[in-house]
Amino acid sequence: MFANLDFDVIRRALPYLFFEGMRFTLTLTALAALGGLVFGTALALMRLSGHKILGRIAGVYVDFMRSLPLVLVIFWFYFLVPYIGQWVTGASRPISVGAFASSLITFIMFEAAYFSEIMRAGIQSISRGQPAAASALGLTYAQTMRYVVLPQAFRNMLPVLITQTIVLFQDTSLVYVLSITDFLGAASKVAQRDGRLVEMYLFAAVVYFTISCIASFGVRRLQARIAIIR
Amino acid sequence: MIEISHVNKWYSPSFQVLTDCTTSVTKGEVVVVCGPSGSGKSTLIKCVNALEPFQSGDISVDGTKVNDPKTNLPKLRSRVGMVFQHFELFPHLKIIDNLCLAQQKVLDRSRDKAMAKGMQLLERVGLKEQAQKFPANLSGGQQQRVAIARALAMDPIVMLFDEPTSALDPEMVSEVLDVMVDLAHEGMTMMVVTHEMGFARKVANRVIFMDRGEIVEDAAKEDFFGKPRSDRAQKFLSKILSH
Repeated sequence: MFANLDFDVIRRALPYLFFEGMRFTLTLTALAALGGLVFGTALALMRLSGHKILGRIAGVYVDFMRSLPLVLVIFWFYFLVPYIGQWVTGASRPISVGAFASSLITFIMFEAAYFSEIMRAGIQSISRGQPAAASALGLTYAQTMRYVVLPQAFRNMLPVLITQTIVLFQDTSLVYVLSITDFLGAASKVAQRDGRLVEMYLFAAVVYFTISCIASFGVRRLQARIAIIR
Repeated sequence: MIEISHVNKWYSPSFQVLTDCTTSVTKGEVVVVCGPSGSGKSTLIKCVNALEPFQSGDISVDGTKVNDPKTNLPKLRSRVGMVFQHFELFPHLKIIDNLCLAQQKVLDRSRDKAMAKGMQLLERVGLKEQAQKFPANLSGGQQQRVAIARALAMDPIVMLFDEPTSALDPEMVSEVLDVMVDLAHEGMTMMVVTHEMGFARKVANRVIFMDRGEIVEDAAKEDFFGKPRSDRAQKFLSKILSH
């Protein structure tokens, strides 16, 4: 079956695959994880604030995002953002956002829904005595969150957050619907150009698998270390 | 210093935890609050710095009304030290940083000043060598002493203790009580929820006995231990002093 496969095509495409494709994939993953974490933490705090309206808004947002397939959100967002931008700024024509910005915003908004649930669990895992002690020392609510609750919640949830980021890393391949040259997009382009579909898609699978596997292994190591410290 | 008048608190319409509690703590006074578990003593002390809300009545600390919505609660709390049953040190911070955090963020002290104050207080509670460790590496008694030092670092005008020794192994109780006795002798105003009657006998000026959310007895130490007026206080005393 492998007799007429030409694996040399991979070697020739390596610089393009990694310097163009993988760089985009990693950049998107890192920025989306960071943005998703910040936005997600804000959502979690809204839900836990005890404020009825704020909590409700965050709850509806999270449920809404988690009920949609990611690929649809990416697709729709790409077409909607120019018009939303036009509406917000009052411009006469739809604003061109660019595929990268559009996909980044989409991923941040989508991941925020998942990160917020992780952070919510993390914050709830902190005993009530901790914020009480912080308040008793005179720290404000914001300071209590910033210096006492969130650092602990973040630490407790770090393994889960990284696992979710690994999922995100794989999900970024869905930007192919916007014809963006991420790692999979680059592999796909070479595959089509050279007519070497099997080789390129095999290789892409191996690369995604390897990176995700190593990262998962890292998470397990980290978990073991955290378990010793506590 | 602390004025508590006619405080009522309900957890739900049918469950009243505090009933018409009225008492006061004057400057330099040490008041011990005791009573059976579930009698509302912890709840009452937490009302003093508004960690627990209450529905009616008034509490004021140093002339500032705690239950006034206009009161700057963080500012008020920064002047009221509190020590908890379960220590509540911040586990992600080193001991010295546990002492510095609020000094720097609330009182705007410089890092150097906060460190100096922190080390001085750690030395006072005999834990200077532990400054760079994390709370999990300390024994319960040591952690509680750090918690007292952390509260003192804010230069409080009054200290609240919520069962500071109930979560400790017996052999660690005295090291914490020693620190508290020293504090009392120095003239610190203290309100202490505790079952340690030895501590009460030694340093308390007054003893408050609570049962079912009511202040049943509020008497000078000698009167309370000599001859409690109420049946409930007599029963309570005979139970905990019989061993």
